[in-house]
Amino acid sequence: MLLITCPWCGPRDETEYHYGGQAHVPYPETPADLTDEQWAAYVFYRDNPKGPFAERWMHSIGCRRWFNVLRDTATHEVLTSYRLDEPRPELPQAGGNR
Amino acid sequence: MTAAQPLPEHPDFLWRNLEPRSSYDVVIVGGGGHGLATAYYLAKNHGITNVAVLEKGWLAGGNMARNTTIIRSNYLWDESAAIYEHALKLWERLPEELDYDFLFSQRGVLNLAHTLQDVREGVRRAGANRLNGVDAEWLEPDEVAKVCPILNVSPRTRYPVLGATFQPRAGIAKHDHVAWALARRADELGVDLIQGCEVTGFLKDGDRVVGVETNRGRIHAGRVGLAAAGHSSVLAERAGVRLPVQSHPLQALVSELHEPVHPTVVMSNHVHVYVSQAHKGELVMGAGVDSYNGYGQRGSFHVIERQMAAAVELFPVFARAHVLRTWGGIVDVTPDASPIIGATPVGNLYVNCGWGTGGFKATPAAGWTFAHTLATGEPHPLNAPFALERFTTGALIDEHGAAAVAH
Repeated sequence: MLLITCPWCGPRDETEYHYGGQAHVPYPETPADLTDEQWAAYVFYRDNPKGPFAERWMHSIGCRRWFNVLRDTATHEVLTSYRLDEPRPELPQAGGNR
Repeated sequence: MTAAQPLPEHPDFLWRNLEPRSSYDVVIVGGGGHGLATAYYLAKNHGITNVAVLEKGWLAGGNMARNTTIIRSNYLWDESAAIYEHALKLWERLPEELDYDFLFSQRGVLNLAHTLQDVREGVRRAGANRLNGVDAEWLEPDEVAKVCPILNVSPRTRYPVLGATFQPRAGIAKHDHVAWALARRADELGVDLIQGCEVTGFLKDGDRVVGVETNRGRIHAGRVGLAAAGHSSVLAERAGVRLPVQSHPLQALVSELHEPVHPTVVMSNHVHVYVSQAHKGELVMGAGVDSYNGYGQRGSFHVIERQMAAAVELFPVFARAHVLRTWGGIVDVTPDASPIIGATPVGNLYVNCGWGTGGFKATPAAGWTFAHTLATGEPHPLNAPFALERFTTGALIDEHGAAAVAH
């Protein structure tokens, strides 16, 4: 069971949240101009690192707000969490594998 | 305590433990079931024996040691039914072909329906299966109870059993012995099985791969095939290839040993658990992946708790059983829950990955088609639809929810 800190509600059990996959994947700026390959990359391809990973979570049985978590996928350690309008934090322990 | 007894004689080793040579025609990365089956069929079907299987740990110590051993071919779509049914036909003859009884037991699989939508899906899938030559039938609740008497088919449960599909030729096998049977025969045919050999990078000449860097030196290769399950995208990235897979923990558990009580395999998509009883007597259970990406070979306990609750709901007799052991593996899941078997944008580099939660049952067909692909450079008709290009063309084989199980 992961212990994840919601930026608004504080630390709660993983069972209160819903997972949303990789964070910082912007919608294409000019969708009409995209090739099939570019659409495939946007729709189907996500990073899958072994190590620090910025990902989205939603506090589905709390405040119901989306936010981002920096988590190590090898150790499952939750490194930090941050709001959607904040950039990915630069952490010394999360810098090695980007 | 008396004086120590002398140790019994070590049984015969089933394969040689070799040092890697400097060059091979084909290098397979990953010594699990798929890698070993690929090596076996490269030798048997294509006469290619100058082959190495590189395994970073010990043979068959990853997902091959961690799965719930269910074998079935009752998938909805034509492409899936074709490759999984090919696998099932190979399973039926492999014990004799490999001269190794790995306890392949065709005890059937029930896929339960608990909602009207489940019923419609099941009836449709059984019909599709029969059109594809896959044995499948639709059973009403009283017929389900005849196949599996310990299953609670009472209408007074939270999610009553409204029926099930049944595939009589489905079953289970002893996973470790499957791997050892394939390893022994591949070794006899001249394949080098190399354990403790981790691929750390790729040797490239322009846009093609010409070998691998390992913790035991450089190994040149005519062609390289990745069969590394949960670590496929980590490896492929080292060759400059991005794969549309996400690695998740998948957990399973066993109870202590019990008298034989469970005569078949039961899978429930809706309350979400699947259960069989191993030959030795353990109840073997699994369910879906943990939601988050993870390489830790473990998951969260509430996932276990949920599948236990489902198991006790379906099988009241299990209420007094105990969880003996839980574990996790790393499964690589694709966007359409179907595998990727074929070429990559990098020359001479091929992948067999994305099997997600269902790779064990496909072991012989994955090996058969991947060996064909590595031997000829072209896909076998069975794996042609499972090419990486489908994510660009849009020709997906969407088995999410259609494959009789949620992933």
